[in-house]
Amino acid sequence: MSGLLEARGLTVELPTTEGWVRPVDEVSLRIAAGESLGLVGESGSGKTMLSLALMGLLPPGARVSGEASLATEGCPKKLTALTEREWRDVRGGKIAMVFQEPMTSLNPVMRIGAQIAEAIRAHHPQLATKEVQRRTIDSLRRAAVPEPDARAEQFPHQLSGGLRQRAMIAMALSAGPRLLIADEPTTALDVTVQKQILDLLDRLRRDLQLGLLFITHDLGVVSQVADRVAVMYAGRIIEEGPAREVLARPRHPYTQGLLKASPTLKRGALTPIPGAVPQLTALPPGCAFEPRCELRRSECAAAIPALRIIDRDHAARCILV
Amino acid sequence: METLLTVRELRKTYRSGGGVFSQESEGTRFTAVDGVSFAVSCGETFAVVGESGCGKTTLARMLLRLIEPDTGEVRFEGRDLLTLRGEGLRSQRRQMQMIFQDPFASLNPRMRVGEIVAEPLAIHEPGLSAKERLERTTTILLRVGMNEDGLRRYPHEFSGGQRQRIGIARALILQPKLIVADEPVSALDVSVGAQVLLLLQELQREFALTYIFISHSLPVVAQLATRIAVMRAGQFVEVGPAEEILRDPKQDYTRELLAAVPELPLD
Repeated sequence: MSGLLEARGLTVELPTTEGWVRPVDEVSLRIAAGESLGLVGESGSGKTMLSLALMGLLPPGARVSGEASLATEGCPKKLTALTEREWRDVRGGKIAMVFQEPMTSLNPVMRIGAQIAEAIRAHHPQLATKEVQRRTIDSLRRAAVPEPDARAEQFPHQLSGGLRQRAMIAMALSAGPRLLIADEPTTALDVTVQKQILDLLDRLRRDLQLGLLFITHDLGVVSQVADRVAVMYAGRIIEEGPAREVLARPRHPYTQGLLKASPTLKRGALTPIPGAVPQLTALPPGCAFEPRCELRRSECAAAIPALRIIDRDHAARCILV
Repeated sequence: METLLTVRELRKTYRSGGGVFSQESEGTRFTAVDGVSFAVSCGETFAVVGESGCGKTTLARMLLRLIEPDTGEVRFEGRDLLTLRGEGLRSQRRQMQMIFQDPFASLNPRMRVGEIVAEPLAIHEPGLSAKERLERTTTILLRVGMNEDGLRRYPHEFSGGQRQRIGIARALILQPKLIVADEPVSALDVSVGAQVLLLLQELQREFALTYIFISHSLPVVAQLATRIAVMRAGQFVEVGPAEEILRDPKQDYTRELLAAVPELPLD
């Protein structure tokens, strides 16, 4: 498989009243065409900031260093060196994003079809109205929206949560991007609807050979959609590997803790992780998980552990590995 | 086991459409809770599970009369809650408290944590001296895992998990018999949600609490529930002991809900 997205040492820094913080710290990752990477983390882990960096949507004042490149049609584009003008082609055209709350990311006073048409026109201004219309209906059909002609005429509030998310996916894919970033796309949905959306994303990824970066806090969800999993904590990737491998045989104490703290249908197996995620303004000097880790040793507080290779493509940032 | 709460044929209908300015139509009627009956015994955790819009939150709020039911009966220790007024209602209410989903919206941002937790005391036990009130507030805050110095701070200074602990302390300070918890962990991170679930479990044993636990998540409910009611479109589809519902559901809808739960690959 060829690499579609490749990030090396990607770092995002934001100014705060207490100085610069690093919500994304030296993150390296790879996504091939047709592959899905599940990015797991709790609030404050930096997973959303990472996705915004890949979309060129960072808040003003943010500093980016490191590298991120996207290879479409064979020629890699350096995302970290794009101008705002160049971003306009990449955003939506090459990389698209689906958000958690479709109600707040869709325009409430515009018909669904018109919103999708707007996205298509932004990237293909030369297209005739008829062709834009055809592509609009096509993209709704591709996202398995029933009666696409009728739905295109409706407003977001007339659709159920699940249909709205399908419309969002249709819009995201309407200009033919190669990489789709989905940020908690099913968190606001009921479980039965969630399953349908996860199945849809899976099918679209295979059919269109999309790279999928799926961001979630839910380990159950990630095991359904991801080929590989990267676990983030306090801005760093602390474990990465094939999904089955990482979830069935986690090696980092945080991943292990997260699994033991996730409720399953079996009762009585729940073990919480003590404490809370550290503030970015007050990170411990060594391993960021050290203060909550039950296996900590004195060395853990001394320096940030390197990512250690466990297997061919399974690695964890822990000195015990 | 002694019955604490009996609910019979509880019903609530809302009018949708046909607003203040519409002249002709009355709008269409939407039944949020459609004839729900159940009984809860002392010390158990009765869970109500359902998807959004099934009526579970309306049901929870009607039990405390935060929403007035149209028809039906709610009996708490044999007394008919729906006919109580004034002082009678107030003295019943202190026996039943609620924990809310959103720890950001349910705490007054302008009140100090100490005042928030002590407020139920000010209402229900106005005779207490300031010293006694502070003592009780401190005790319960320590019990839910907060520090004493939290008393003088404001809600925004705390994380989601800590705020949920503050909400729990406020619910417990009057030593109620029944706690209605509406999605108490769904706004929290996984590792913190597990802390709060375990805390609720400990507190139940320690204070002999009865829980009515409202949630959309079967895995969360599976951790605490002694009995589970599956709700859909305002009605209970299936009610039974938790293990039975989870292991051997009788209704298709319950099976569908269970099948949709993403499972972890276990080694």
